[in-house]
Amino acid sequence: MVKLTLKRLSAEDEYPDLSQHNNYMAKVLTQDMYKKLRERATPSGFTIDGVIQTGVDNPGHPFIMTVGCVAGDEETYEVFKDLLDPVIEDRHGGYKPTDKHKTDLNSGNLKGGDDLDPNYVLSSRVRTGRSIRGFSLPPHCSRGERRAVEKLSIEALASLSGDLKGKYYALKNMTDAEQQQLIDDHFLFDKPVSPLLLASGMARDWPDARGIWHNDNKTFLVWVNEEDHLRVISMQKGGNMKEVFTRFCTGLTKIESLFKERSHEFMWNEHLGYVLTCPSNLGTGLRAGVHVKLPNLSKNTKFEEVLKKLRLQKRGTGGVDTAAVGGVFDISNADRLGFSEVELVQMVVDGVKLLVDMEKRLEKGQSIDDLMPAQK
Amino acid sequence: KLKSSSFSFSRILSSKRHIGILTLVGGSVTAGFLLHREHVSAGVPVRRRYPASAEFPDLRKHNNCMASNLTPAIYAKLCDRATPNGFTLDEAIQTGVDNPGHPFIKTVGMVAGDEESYEVFADLLDPVIKERHNGYDPRVMKHPTDLDSSKIQSGHFDERYVLSSRVRTGRSIRGLSLPPACTRAERREVERVVVDALSGLKGDLTGKYYSLTQMTEKEQQQLIDDHFLFDKPVSPLLTCAGMARDWPDARGIWHNIEKTFLIWVNEEDHTRVISMEKGGNMKRVFERFCRGLKEVERLIQERGWEFMWNERLGYVLTCPSNLGTGLRAGVHVKLPLLSKDPRFSKILDNLRLQKRGTGGVDTAAVGGVFDISNLDRLGQSEVQLVQTVVDGVNYLIECEKRLERGQDIKVPPPINKFKV
Repeated sequence: MVKLTLKRLSAEDEYPDLSQHNNYMAKVLTQDMYKKLRERATPSGFTIDGVIQTGVDNPGHPFIMTVGCVAGDEETYEVFKDLLDPVIEDRHGGYKPTDKHKTDLNSGNLKGGDDLDPNYVLSSRVRTGRSIRGFSLPPHCSRGERRAVEKLSIEALASLSGDLKGKYYALKNMTDAEQQQLIDDHFLFDKPVSPLLLASGMARDWPDARGIWHNDNKTFLVWVNEEDHLRVISMQKGGNMKEVFTRFCTGLTKIESLFKERSHEFMWNEHLGYVLTCPSNLGTGLRAGVHVKLPNLSKNTKFEEVLKKLRLQKRGTGGVDTAAVGGVFDISNADRLGFSEVELVQMVVDGVKLLVDMEKRLEKGQSIDDLMPAQK
Repeated sequence: KLKSSSFSFSRILSSKRHIGILTLVGGSVTAGFLLHREHVSAGVPVRRRYPASAEFPDLRKHNNCMASNLTPAIYAKLCDRATPNGFTLDEAIQTGVDNPGHPFIKTVGMVAGDEESYEVFADLLDPVIKERHNGYDPRVMKHPTDLDSSKIQSGHFDERYVLSSRVRTGRSIRGLSLPPACTRAERREVERVVVDALSGLKGDLTGKYYSLTQMTEKEQQQLIDDHFLFDKPVSPLLTCAGMARDWPDARGIWHNIEKTFLIWVNEEDHTRVISMEKGGNMKRVFERFCRGLKEVERLIQERGWEFMWNERLGYVLTCPSNLGTGLRAGVHVKLPLLSKDPRFSKILDNLRLQKRGTGGVDTAAVGGVFDISNLDRLGQSEVQLVQTVVDGVNYLIECEKRLERGQDIKVPPPINKFKV
């Protein structure tokens, strides 16, 4: 057999033009770093160009500083740590390469959270993601791998029982009636349209091996092969975040053990916690949030400052990149890594309680100055 | 005509995927390179591998040429091969997997990543080409190239009907990967080679290059007003093939001062070459087209480069639908009466013509004005195709005039598809 002589164009010629860019990848990736990293690939063949393509194609987001890079597999975070460690540090509030992340899925450790005022808090939701060790991630996986992830997930979820008992709906086999029901329940996810996602390659082969599983009660939901291998969601109307979080922890723990029974585990390590496609979702991958009516507070000049102090983030009720409608906001934790699941949900519970108190004050025309929180 | 060069194997290799040692089996490019997916060093987990049957795409709801021709057997044969640049079958077909079907036209559903794609994946591309190009069989037929514009007869249309005339084609620079597969450095190299050559054009072809990354707002507005500016592709047919990566790096527009000769750099192909003007003088448009193309070819050859071309496929471009001449010659023509006649489509069909709206492919006609152009690309020469358009458009205008006078029209007999 003859060995091919690899003649390649120089790193200088290949280095992307990031002069107009504003994302974490662009802030960090120098030409020297690029030169060093292009000599490497993960064992499954993922390269630096694959990692950064989304950030090259999407110079900047008007409202948020995007990450601008993705992982193609678990090893990406090791092989390309020269880039990813500083990106992670910048995105996750100074989290160092030597830091350790705490996992705590014991919902008993949550204080309160069962009594958010339902006149204001319309719904409560907790989501996270999980990746199955040994398989490439959505930007890089082949059809065979993606189908294997789906198959494993279906088998594991089929074993759930009690209030978690449910059914899987493959996107490509869904009947019109099923599809409409899932839309009405606000469960159905669509092929991504955001160029941030499309440019990373995670929408390839849509809708092959994508689907939605949910329990009969419609309070526990798993997305298969959307932006991550699995997205796990617990939700219900009203303000009982404690119940939502308890179901979340129980369900996740059960799913994990079902995978372990089948000799599979989730991607996790001491430093990064749960490993997901986007570096922004490392650690807990957890977003705990509510839809809450804050028509007065949202018009107050202090609103942004309060959110910042509480380590909370606002979105419209359609999720990321949407606008609030009728004064109703999606309020959730801004952090993912460096805090445990319990700590993050606690921040949301305590924070939303305060926001509702402020709203009530403003309704009565009273001041909120004495309620201003310290920086968490 | 140029013979295709023997491919030297110290090729520019994309760093995009499949790093590792690619080994050559046998001495033939046609066999491609067998991919070794295992990492070489010991102790590193091997990527999970699946048999071809587990990787075969689900094409049951698909309606494109790739889906019609890709069998599990062909997929199994080709899925572990790569071109010398590392381009794989999965990459070639991704756009067809992601885009099951277009409501009005049967799309091709696959692209080439480089010149060698057409050899390495011939088992799939040959039947796709045959289906798309009316039975043209690349295994046995030869494609004629003829850029002698003096042969065109009656090429000046009645300007009460024809508002503008245009001829376009594409050209690829041999040795560099095509837009779905090229690295940033390769794309920049294409831009360098082409812009350098174009700076040598003289006389009525003297012009200027506007890089998309460096354009001023004023230049941009002017190019929009002139209908020259191309945008980042939004069609999923194109974006799923990967040709919009790194936009707008190394993309640009060159045009002559008179604004009658225009070249797009690194859009869907390395270059798209366009000759156009208001009015109905298709002969002059084609004359400038041929002269310009030959001049550009001469200029790149001076610098040691050549266009991708071979006897069986003619000019090699990204999309198999554009092989051969890559030529679309068309007019904007007013046919308000004829277009409402139920025989309109049949007439166009028999004349081997296609209608589009005045915004180009996938747009609607406005005010009875249609974009009428040749259907065919491969198996007939440039001269033959332009003559087809000339004869056909003249016939359509005759029909329109007859309908204006209240006279009846006739559907013409179908003309031959291949004239070789």
